Amino acid sequence: MTEMKLMQGNEACAAGAIAAGVRFFGGYPITPSTEIAETMAKKLPALGGCFIQMEDEISGMGVVLGASLAGRKVLTATSGPGFSLKQELIGYAACAEIPVVIVDVQRVGPSTGQPTSPSQGDVMQVRWGTHGDHPMIALSPWTVRETFDAAVMAVNYAERFRTPVILLMDEIVGHLRENVQLPNASDITVYPRRRPTKSRAAGYQPYEPEQDMVPNPADFGTGYRIHVTGLIHDYTGFPSGSPVVTEKFIDRLHRKIAIAQDEITHYDEFFMEDAEYAVVSYGGVARTAYEAVRKARAKGLKVGMIRLMTIWPFANKIIEQTAEKVRAILVPELNYGQLKYEVERAAAGRCPVSLLAKYNTLLFTPDEIVDGIENLTGGRI
Amino acid sequence: MDTEIFLKSERCKGCGICVAFCPKKVLQLDTLGHCSVVRPDDCIACGQCELRCPDYAIFVDKKVYA
Amino acid sequence: MQERTYEKYFRQNRLPHIWCPGCGNGTVMKAIVEAVEKRKLPRDKTVIVSGIGCSSRASGYMDFDTLHTAHGRAIPFATGIKLANPELNVIVITGDGDCTAIGGNHFIHGARRNIDLTVVLFNNAIYGMTGGQASPMTPLHKKATTAPYGSVDRPFDACQLASAAGASYVARSTAFHVQHLTDMIAEGISVEGFSFIEAVVQCPTAYGRKNKMPEPAQMMAWLRDHAVLQKAWDKLPEEKRSDKFPIGVFLKRQFEEYTKAYAEVIASAQGGKK
Repeated sequence: MTEMKLMQGNEACAAGAIAAGVRFFGGYPITPSTEIAETMAKKLPALGGCFIQMEDEISGMGVVLGASLAGRKVLTATSGPGFSLKQELIGYAACAEIPVVIVDVQRVGPSTGQPTSPSQGDVMQVRWGTHGDHPMIALSPWTVRETFDAAVMAVNYAERFRTPVILLMDEIVGHLRENVQLPNASDITVYPRRRPTKSRAAGYQPYEPEQDMVPNPADFGTGYRIHVTGLIHDYTGFPSGSPVVTEKFIDRLHRKIAIAQDEITHYDEFFMEDAEYAVVSYGGVARTAYEAVRKARAKGLKVGMIRLMTIWPFANKIIEQTAEKVRAILVPELNYGQLKYEVERAAAGRCPVSLLAKYNTLLFTPDEIVDGIENLTGGRI
Repeated sequence: MDTEIFLKSERCKGCGICVAFCPKKVLQLDTLGHCSVVRPDDCIACGQCELRCPDYAIFVDKKVYA
Repeated sequence: MQERTYEKYFRQNRLPHIWCPGCGNGTVMKAIVEAVEKRKLPRDKTVIVSGIGCSSRASGYMDFDTLHTAHGRAIPFATGIKLANPELNVIVITGDGDCTAIGGNHFIHGARRNIDLTVVLFNNAIYGMTGGQASPMTPLHKKATTAPYGSVDRPFDACQLASAAGASYVARSTAFHVQHLTDMIAEGISVEGFSFIEAVVQCPTAYGRKNKMPEPAQMMAWLRDHAVLQKAWDKLPEEKRSDKFPIGVFLKRQFEEYTKAYAEVIASAQGGKK
């Protein structure tokens, strides 16, 4: 381990991305994500990488996709309004299978909203923001240290699955400062850029999937002369209007993530052994929820907690198992209610799922969540 | 003039640009609307048709004798 | 028949192209590959990036690494490619709607940065792919499906826009002036920095038919009769300019190219200097 130092969540995000091999950042300044861009502007050139401040959020997304196709590992970072603007090209990355990590440090919306206040209001936009059917991977860290790990993981998943990955932060974690000890570079596993496994002469097709259902389109400038498009395409990479090709393509996009779902779904369980009630939480809110669960335990309430790190694909299995064994689930969220409905869907009637929503710019206090837990239990110990 | 005109008919869309710009009226659109060579002997190999064909469907070479 | 050198730059199995009979896009696409040949760009180190629209289908026919991006976004993608790997030659193919409407911001900022891209705008004065809607380059009073009474929107002069925004090289030609067009593009390729070439093309289907020029050859004759070489244009009195337009090199200047400037940033950050 490296030495202990005080670090901000956004800085840890930048450090993690760099550790995972990111050497290109393009973006546009927006609160509360700007420190990520600032850190990259400073650090990347020293590593031979590039930082470019673009004219808008859309081009901030376009420029990293271009750089990714030219062989760099890439990152962009934004927040609410910027994340909305990036949606079109997030879909492009999903369709053309271009590795890219987009950090969304959530703030209160809709629209310009409350730029410096925390929120979890983008949870569903992350999943469904761009048009059409596509899978999505989103990770939501809850500590500064985990933000580093989540950034490494996000870059690795983007490269491995050749898909956009969202690092879904929030203003709490982004601007939080904690003492952290980062791992040594040698202890960090980095997924390398995928390369073609055969030559053009041997019948290489840039979008032909490998065993893991992910294709290996060649980086530009490596002699393969590939074609990349946001139109639905066959293995050659060229557009096809065929219903068969279209169906197979959409199916493969989903299945390449689905077959690895268990491996990429990360969560923590706390105090769940004898729990009769559960709090399901994620991101910065999970910090408060953890404290609340401890307080409730001290009061004698048999409550545990599931902390989701992977938001998408959704952690169906653990929610199903939890719903099977507890009497009720509480989902505290800094929004009007978003992931609660997903928890409810996974619980599928096995137990009631209650929402504790807050959307007034303030964080939950632990006592508010304790009250929520007590309401859930009806005072029963 | 000894010239040879080659047509890649599968590329021709019958736009008529070659016909219109041929100074010697060598070309015509046929019944199906594709370019055809009707007066090959009048061709002066000016290359206007090849230069202007947006579909790369017509080529003019000066004849080469071995 | 003697093999034409430009043919090797096309993906033969993708031809014939999708453009309408008489569309000038094919002529410009050929001019681009002829310019590539003229400049002897190594094919495996040359990337073609296009946006969305009729023009932007060109990338699919050209045997290089090719990228058909989203509407208006070709220049940001191209910027990423060039900055990530400056040894690549990057040519952008765009249209009047793609470049000056939805991609207008990217266009001026690409020029401002002076990044080494060669941007060829196929100007057919209309949105062809969607069936003939007015673009920011549709001339005043000309008709389009979304301007059935004639357009009242003042059009952009994309060359002036590029010049004002900071491009290193700005030129215009037409699909009639094939050799001239090739020369304009070839020169743009050789200029280090942001090069912009507007290629005025005939669109008989979506534009011509609405504006009393339904025949492709008729539109080409119009290009021939209304394009005026820059030198002649300068001497042309204002009253005779009316519906004519200048072609040629409008601007060529030197300013530090972006990837070169960034290489200095890297050197500086690595303690090489300053």
